[in-house]
Amino acid sequence: MAKKVKSSFINMVLTLMIITVVASLALGSVYNLTLEPIAAAKKAARERAIKLVLPAFDSLNSFKVPMPADPELTAGNGDQDSLEFHQAFENGTLVGTAISTFSNQAYDPTQIQIMVGFLPGGIIDSTVVTQQKETPGLGTKMADPKFNGQFAGKNPATFNLYVTKDGGQVDAITASTISSRAVCDALRRAYATFESYKSDGGNE
Amino acid sequence: MNQWTNFTKGFIKENAVFVLLLGLCPTLAVTSSAINGMGMGLATTFVLVCSNMVVTLVKSFIPDKVRIPAFIVIIASFVTIVELVMQAYVPALFDTLGIFIPLIVVNCLVLGRAEGFASKQSFISSLIDGLGMGLGFTFALTLLGSVREMLGNGSIFDVKFTTGDAILVFILQPGAFIVLGYLIAIINKLRKTA
Repeated sequence: MAKKVKSSFINMVLTLMIITVVASLALGSVYNLTLEPIAAAKKAARERAIKLVLPAFDSLNSFKVPMPADPELTAGNGDQDSLEFHQAFENGTLVGTAISTFSNQAYDPTQIQIMVGFLPGGIIDSTVVTQQKETPGLGTKMADPKFNGQFAGKNPATFNLYVTKDGGQVDAITASTISSRAVCDALRRAYATFESYKSDGGNE
Repeated sequence: MNQWTNFTKGFIKENAVFVLLLGLCPTLAVTSSAINGMGMGLATTFVLVCSNMVVTLVKSFIPDKVRIPAFIVIIASFVTIVELVMQAYVPALFDTLGIFIPLIVVNCLVLGRAEGFASKQSFISSLIDGLGMGLGFTFALTLLGSVREMLGNGSIFDVKFTTGDAILVFILQPGAFIVLGYLIAIINKLRKTA
């Protein structure tokens, strides 16, 4: 057994200071080293998500579109007032728009983020959950095809984007109504912004 | 100490979850499926091995009265490093495990081994102890996760073996306590008769 070092004010302060300084140096350098790979990985994940929710395309045009001023869509958003649009073109023709949308109404206070692809007519091509920290085994099922797949091919103009409990047409996940509501909230936000962008004269 | 005994004690004889009842907070929280349990176990093993190695190297410089804060800083640093490195180089794995990684800091198993073992033993012993205890912890979490996933979701390692819904309560928090209680009883029975 190692001999115990006698504690004095000086050596306690010094030891803790050295340890914390070494730890912060180590963390700082690891953070710097991983900053770029993390950004690259996030970008790659976003591009993968766009590819998943839209038909084949060869070029992308990304820009921000402000959300319509509907209190139901903007309440509790903090300083986020716009959504990221990614218009996809194949040989110069618009094949769809991927919208990175979000909701702060999830069970976990962390924002959920969803990439949703709209075909030019406003029909949902498909959706993919890109960020969520819901309860494992319950809310996390929002990313499963069984729940997520029900939006594909639906037009939110005729398909009521609320869970059945709230009078809509979306089948909620068993025991995760809050997570299901959050997904609906995010999709409504995307669709409303998509529609307002169209009526403001943007090409679909 | 015989290093083989030192390594294997973590699996049954001094298993962190079933016998020492250490680190139960992450145990109960994340074991809703087998793969979650295994991932959490392996991440904890990595931190445990690293922190045991560093603690045993610096143990003779740390004044006795500030050893706990010193150990916590060491452990927290490793957890953050693991989190950043995983996020950068294995984003797919991080997507599955990301939410559990910060939980490792509060796992008293890691601090318990630093305080109770690594601060008194040699470098090699601490390394092997970390590895054995970590893998034993992984074994316990995987077992717990498997049972809960089988009963609660009708699948194991995400492979479905029933159609339709299973007994949902086993995925929920009460199920964690029920399954853990039964597993502890079974393991203790086996230990007594063995």
